Amino acid sequence: MPLPADTDATTPKYLRDKYAIVGVGETAYMRGSGMTTRALGTWALRNAIADAGIKPSDIDGMLDYSGNDSTSATFMAGDLGIRLNFYMDCIGGGSSTEALIGIAIGIMEAGLCKCVAIYRAMNGYSQVRIGGTGARSAVPVNGDALHSRAYGWQSAGQMFAPTFMRHMYDYGTKPEQVAMVKVVHSEHASNNPKAYYKKRYTVDDVISSRFICKPLHLLDCCVETDNATAIIVTRAEHARDLRQHPVLIRGIVGRCNKPRMDMHYQHGPISRVAGYYAKDILWPNSGVGPEDVDATGAYDAFTFTSMLQLEDYGFCKKGEGGDYVSNGTTRLGGKRPNNTSGGHLCEGYTHGMNMVIENVRQLRHEADDSCPIGPDGRRQHTYDYREGGCRQVRNIEVTANLGWANPMTGSAMVMRRG
Amino acid sequence: MTVRGDYLGMTLSIDDLDGENLAYFRHCADHNFHLQRCDECKLLRYPPTTACPWCASPKATWTPVEGKGEVHSYVEVHHAIQPAFKGHTPYLMLLVDLDTQKGQPTPDEALRVAANLTTPDGTLAPADMVKRVGIGTRVRMVFSDVTDGMALPQWTIDETAKQPDKPWRYAQE
Repeated sequence: MPLPADTDATTPKYLRDKYAIVGVGETAYMRGSGMTTRALGTWALRNAIADAGIKPSDIDGMLDYSGNDSTSATFMAGDLGIRLNFYMDCIGGGSSTEALIGIAIGIMEAGLCKCVAIYRAMNGYSQVRIGGTGARSAVPVNGDALHSRAYGWQSAGQMFAPTFMRHMYDYGTKPEQVAMVKVVHSEHASNNPKAYYKKRYTVDDVISSRFICKPLHLLDCCVETDNATAIIVTRAEHARDLRQHPVLIRGIVGRCNKPRMDMHYQHGPISRVAGYYAKDILWPNSGVGPEDVDATGAYDAFTFTSMLQLEDYGFCKKGEGGDYVSNGTTRLGGKRPNNTSGGHLCEGYTHGMNMVIENVRQLRHEADDSCPIGPDGRRQHTYDYREGGCRQVRNIEVTANLGWANPMTGSAMVMRRG
Repeated sequence: MTVRGDYLGMTLSIDDLDGENLAYFRHCADHNFHLQRCDECKLLRYPPTTACPWCASPKATWTPVEGKGEVHSYVEVHHAIQPAFKGHTPYLMLLVDLDTQKGQPTPDEALRVAANLTTPDGTLAPADMVKRVGIGTRVRMVFSDVTDGMALPQWTIDETAKQPDKPWRYAQE
C-alpha cells in the first residue's frame, strides 16, 4: 500500500465534466430582509429548482454552510417537501461553496444520492453582521482566542490586514492599484440589476473613503447584505435533459491550506495565500491552466483578496497582482474579466456562492443584464459594457472561481460550457 | 483552576483544562516570557500548542525567551469592532519576528508574536507613538497586567536599539 505522501490526490481524469451545475437561484440582495434565514433559503432553493426545470422531489441530497447564523437543511427540505438521502450542515464561510460542490460530487460518485442542492442563507446585515460588529463583537475572550481577540484583532479585515500590508511592503503594491478592484467590480455591478450597489466608483472615491483598518478603506471592504443563494449539482448525463444549457465541472480544490493552521502567520512569506498550494491541485484536476480561463470569480471580501488570489493561482507573476488588477485585464471587455456581477464588493455578500452563480450564467451565455430579450426568449446581448448595459462576456467557454476563507484557506473550481 | 479577569472592560478567561494557555499566561503574569521548547527537535513554538508543529512530539519544556524583535507586519485599526477598543483608536496590532529562532527551521519562518503597541507600562499607545512604528521597527516586550495568573504580552518601541532611519509605513497617513 502506498504511503500517503506517494498517493496521487488529483481527481481521476474520468471525473472531469462528469458533473454539472444545472440550476442556480437566489433571493434579492437586501439590507433588512424582514424574514428568517429559513425563509430566505427556501426561496433561493425554490428559485434554483425552477431554474433547473426539475421537481423538488428530484433532489435527494442537500449541503449548506454557515457560521451558526443560518437554518439547517432539515427545515429547508421539509418546507419544500423533499425527502433527503443525504444532508450535511457544515461550518464555514468563504471557500465553502467550491468545497461543498466537491463533496457533492464525492457523495454522488459514492452512490449516496443523485442530485444535490447547496445553499447559503444569511441575514449578514440585519442579524449576524459579517463585518463583525453587533452582538458577536462583545463576547468574552477565552483560551486560544486570547492570542488574537484580546488585542482587538478579531474581524476579517483586522485578521487579514497583515497579509495585505506585507504584500505592499514586499512588492511595492500601491493603494491606487488595489482600489481598481473596487472600481472594476462597481462598473460590472452597474450592469447588474440585482446588485445592491450599482453606483460606479473611482480610484479617488476608494482611497479618500475613511480608514477601517489600514490598509483597508471603507470602499476596500465588501457590502453586508441579507440574502440566500442556491445551486443544484447532478450528473452531466442527466443535465442534458434539463432546461438550461449544461455547465460542466472540470475540477475542484477544496479548503486547501497554508502550513501552521493554528496561526498561519508563523509560516512565511506571509504575503502568500492558500492559492499557492491550491493551484497545484486545481489546474491538474481541471486539465487547463490560467491562460485557458475566459473569466474569473476571485473572492472579493476585500479588494486585496481578489488580487492576492489571482496572483497565487498564476494569472500573473507573484508580486504583479497590483498591475494585473489595474491594467484593464479584469474589466468587462478586457482579456479576463473578474467578478462580472460586481461580486461581494457590490452585488451582495453570500460567502462566495453568488460568484459561482454568476459564472454559471455567464457560461450559459445568459447573464441577466439589461439587454433586451428576443423573440426566442433569449437575451440579445449587445456587448456594450457602458453603464446600465451588457455584462455578458463574449464567447465565454471556461471560468475559474477562486474562493477565499482567509489568507490560509482557499477553494477553487473550474467550469466550462457543456 | 479557571483564570478570569477584566481587561479594558472585556472578560478574558482560561479554562481549568487548558494547560498550555494557563502556563503561557502564568509566565506572562510574572513578566517573564516563556515558550514551549520541544524536547525532541528542540524548536521553540508560538502560540502554545499541544504537540510540536514540526515533529508532532507531545513533550515540551517551558523555556525563557528574550522578548526582542522586529515588526514584520501590522494592522492599524481606525474603526474598532470590539467595544473595549472603541476609545483607543487608532491602535496597532503588530506581528513581531522574535530575534530568537528567526529564519528557522526554514528561511521564511519566525516566532511571530502578535500584540498591540503599548507604552512601557503596557497601556495602549497614543496616536503620536502609533505614527512612529512600521515594518522594521525594533521592539521589546512589556506586559499588561490582567489578573492573578494572567498578563498579556505587549510590544513597545525598544529605545535602546538601533532603529531603521524610517520604518516602512502604509503610504497614506
